[in-house]
Amino acid sequence: MPKDHGIGASPKRREDVRFLTGNGKYTDDINAPNQTYVYFVRSDVAHGTINKIDTSDAEKMPGVVRIFTGADFEGVGGVPCGWQVTDRFGEPMQEPAHPVLAQGKVRHVGDPIVAVVAETLEQARDAAEVLEVDITELPAVIDMKEALKEGAPKVHDDLTSNLCYDWGFVEENREAVDEAIKNAAHVTTLELRNNRLVANPMEPRVAIGEYDASNDEYTLYTTSQNPHVIRLLMGAFVLGIPEHKLRVVSPDVGGGFGTKIFHYAEEAFCTFAAKAINRPVKWTSSRSEAFMSDAHGRDHVTKIELALDKDNNFLAVRTDTYANMGAYLSTFAPSVPTWLHGTLMAGNYTTPLIYVNVKAVFTNTVPVDAYRGAGRPEASFQLERVIDKAARELGVDPIALRRQNFIKPDQFPYATPVAVEYDTGNYDATMDKIEEIADLAGFEARKAESAKNGKLRGLGIAHYIEACGIAPSNLVGQLGARAGLYESATVRVNATGSISVMTGSHSHGQGHETAFPQVIAEMIGIDESQIDIVHGDTAKIPMGMGTYGSRSLAVGGSAMVKAAEKVIAKAKKIAAHLLEAGEDDIELANGEFTVAGTDKSVAWGDVTLAAYVPHNYPLEDLEPGLEETAFYDPANFTYPSGAYACEVEVDPETGKVEVCSFAAADDFGNIINPMIVDGQVHGGIAQGIGQALLENCVYDSDGQLLSGSYMDYTMPRADDLPNYTVDHSCQTPCTHNPLGVKGCGEAGAIGSPPAVINAVVDALSDYGITHIDMPATPARVWEAIQAAK
Amino acid sequence: MYNFEFVKPSTVAEAVAALASEDAQALGGGQTLIPTMKQRLASPAKLVSLTGIEEMKEIDSDGKVLTIGGGVTHAEVAAGGYGAISELAGNIGDPAVRNRGTIGGSLANNDPSADYPAAVLASNATIVTNNRTIAADDYFEGMFSTALMDGEIIISVQFPVPEAANYQKFEQPASRFALVGVFVAKYPDGVRVAVTGASEGGVFRWTAAEEALSASFSPDALDGLSLDAEGMIEDLHGSPAYRAHLVKVLTARAVAAA
Ligand SMILES: Cc1cc2nc3c(=O)[nH]c(=O)nc-3n(C[C@H](O)[C@H](O)[C@H](O)COP(=O)(O)OP(=O)(O)OC[C@H]3O[C@@H](n4cnc5c(N)ncnc54)[C@H](O)[C@@H]3O)c2cc1C
Repeated sequence: MPKDHGIGASPKRREDVRFLTGNGKYTDDINAPNQTYVYFVRSDVAHGTINKIDTSDAEKMPGVVRIFTGADFEGVGGVPCGWQVTDRFGEPMQEPAHPVLAQGKVRHVGDPIVAVVAETLEQARDAAEVLEVDITELPAVIDMKEALKEGAPKVHDDLTSNLCYDWGFVEENREAVDEAIKNAAHVTTLELRNNRLVANPMEPRVAIGEYDASNDEYTLYTTSQNPHVIRLLMGAFVLGIPEHKLRVVSPDVGGGFGTKIFHYAEEAFCTFAAKAINRPVKWTSSRSEAFMSDAHGRDHVTKIELALDKDNNFLAVRTDTYANMGAYLSTFAPSVPTWLHGTLMAGNYTTPLIYVNVKAVFTNTVPVDAYRGAGRPEASFQLERVIDKAARELGVDPIALRRQNFIKPDQFPYATPVAVEYDTGNYDATMDKIEEIADLAGFEARKAESAKNGKLRGLGIAHYIEACGIAPSNLVGQLGARAGLYESATVRVNATGSISVMTGSHSHGQGHETAFPQVIAEMIGIDESQIDIVHGDTAKIPMGMGTYGSRSLAVGGSAMVKAAEKVIAKAKKIAAHLLEAGEDDIELANGEFTVAGTDKSVAWGDVTLAAYVPHNYPLEDLEPGLEETAFYDPANFTYPSGAYACEVEVDPETGKVEVCSFAAADDFGNIINPMIVDGQVHGGIAQGIGQALLENCVYDSDGQLLSGSYMDYTMPRADDLPNYTVDHSCQTPCTHNPLGVKGCGEAGAIGSPPAVINAVVDALSDYGITHIDMPATPARVWEAIQAAK
Repeated sequence: MYNFEFVKPSTVAEAVAALASEDAQALGGGQTLIPTMKQRLASPAKLVSLTGIEEMKEIDSDGKVLTIGGGVTHAEVAAGGYGAISELAGNIGDPAVRNRGTIGGSLANNDPSADYPAAVLASNATIVTNNRTIAADDYFEGMFSTALMDGEIIISVQFPVPEAANYQKFEQPASRFALVGVFVAKYPDGVRVAVTGASEGGVFRWTAAEEALSASFSPDALDGLSLDAEGMIEDLHGSPAYRAHLVKVLTARAVAAA
């Protein structure tokens, strides 16, 4: 019997009731009395000099409250970057200024120039139409390699070039890797592009700034994954507002996928303008605006080489990547192609020598930052593609080649040559599992059946690793993070025994409100309905770092467990007093404290009541009340891994790829709510299949966004996706957090793109096709077939 | 969106009168016009809704001619069981679009990737307006351009019922409009093949295929034929050569399925 409550049970997600009945409270549902609306006039050219902005006619338009330009923000801080990468020569990256509203120049289509604040949004738009913005268009740089050429137009005139940094990792290994590749029995080389994506959370970004002149306090409502991070970045670096005067609230948030981690200019604008006009200012992004102002994801161009010895053992990996930063450095942009990517280049394998070079490049495009998986999908894609290609070149089975080079269970903890130490794992177990659940033995028969219908069937396997549960603060600090990455929780037990957990994690679809109470319920033995999760409001929760990098349970959940342990320890003292027993003899189970070896007991609710009505209470030894806070800083990342199998059918006449089946065997360590884990994996795979076959953000050479709406940007839809077979029974619990959990939010998006492309290439292998770039659209597949013919 | 006046007449005559005022525009299901207005790319002073006009909402077939009122929605056509035309209508957009969008609106708009124009041209249908009838061959004048005059309303469309017909749509992955759509219709006096989505000139007839198929209505009849890529649409989703290739593939599939 599966459990029906506590850890390991799958209660339905309680938050879904309000989401599905239209009772969710999203930022756009909030309307402040007397609020105004802002409309941003954005650049329609990729690069240009602003000659003149004439707001005089617009100011006279009905309903206009005030019009702001870059000039209003002189002397105000710019949008900061939260991570400094040091290049391979020991120099800090080039870090350009990022004004809230453009000053002097525009640098990408969508760069905000003027903000019109009016009584209604329509009035703001009307006024925006009579504004005069005179811009001289400049040549734009879009292609990264072009951008690095001598004499290329510069995105930022005050920087020496468009190179943000040239990063080498591990720099000391560079020559040894070169040497190994030169002398290897076999070297497989692959050039590929990790396509640029637009995150497209269902809810676009929204910000409402409020200012209370009576006490000089600000409130920002914003669609953020991490309200405290916004409070710190915006308060300290942009607007100079002390934190005790600034409250940031992120209520229900409709998906983030990374793009709502970052601090955006619009948030700073609304907060700043609210004081300037002494009225609330609201901004709701349109979908079109989202395409040109939300940070994009991925966009790497890579050459990877895998060297093998004569027995097919991996000897070395060398990779050269160009990573697009876009026009400005978004909050965590520099970390994505470096520390979230280079450190994963060992994959699941014992490759002894690895060298990763990354050139981060400024271009006249929207800034690029973390998107579901962030860096790790890019690593996994290269590695799992090049291994497949090597297997094909060597004429060996791709699964066997992987198994041969796996880190074996008895090698953990395993220190990779790229600075991380995997605590635990069992890669053969997940590979065994995928062979079983994907029925790999039956593939040839299915392939023959497809052939009868004129279709080419292909099978693709990938085995990914990710580093998540981000992460030890002291380590990320050494790597350039300008933030700590601990998490916090307060467990507040009420007098009658119900519990509110204030967590620094933020739920924007993940299901924390259901899963977190399962953990507390298990620890204390009370009903989950007695426990509520409070998150997303800096006025209510301790300083926390929010949700991204699959860290909520591994880091936030651990903080919660630590706080609950303190609560339980104190409650036991109270129970010992009430039961007139020794503290060490008190046991807690099923919501009852008992004295070991006796039939004496006291209920959880009686103990909690005593804590707040301390009539019979050891006041001389113990403070009343039952509320504890813990801050948890993990000792290491967590390392989920898994095997994915994808089968596709290609229609050789049209190039259309159909995903016939997709199976995932993940090792997430211990699992709190299997249903939620399934959902996370499903969503991740949907986005992975989206990246592999459908989604593509494309600029033309002038920097115009060609895929700026759903007419041209292909989101995955239900009928693009197969039924998934998902398994997470292979479990090697994390060794360094109290729950033994690893995190499951990004895995699907990390493991699936290489599985899909390996399958497409397998289907096309009879044509001699060895690679196809993402997305493998019908047109692209057809062109590849024509070229191969 | 800018402000506009809104009227909802109940007869064609009232609608024609209302459309005579300056900057007035007909509103069918609003599935094209309303988004355009929201983007501030269209700014009619007055919208004349055609959805209250009963005579434009009728579907009727006497076995020889299928008449679809200009205000009939895609969903209604889809549910009617009229063979290839119903199947075509059932694949336009999503349920919300099909429940609002109309055949009159689709034909008046004449999007180069819309589905209905292929059916109308391949069926040699007749467009009936408030003051004349227009043969399909004279109606389509290139992308977003038709023989309709200002203020002219499509009252109905008359489709001669074919012996066999089929529509093959290869969807543009993002918009799911036709990247290429081919409608093949077989009549006693010959076969007509109309292609949407592919050409910069909008919907067109592939006459070489028509001749070959009129001689022999089988996919093999197309062997040896090919379509010139010149003048085909080039965009993110396909090259001219790809589109030209798809026309042939889809024509053969339509013949096989008809
Ligand atoms: C999400 C989405 C997906 C879509 N997918 C497809 C698709 O796959 N295939 C496809 O073919 N189309 C598609 N469409 C377009 C859809 O079919 C529209 O409904 C159609 O093009 C316009 O019809 P309408 O009745 O909505 O016209 P409206 O939007 O109301 O009007 C369009 C134009 O026609 C004029 N007009 C309307 N009715 C008449 C009339 N009776 N006489 C004269 N002029 C008239 C209007 O003045 C306007 O200029 C899609 C639309 C959307 C929003």
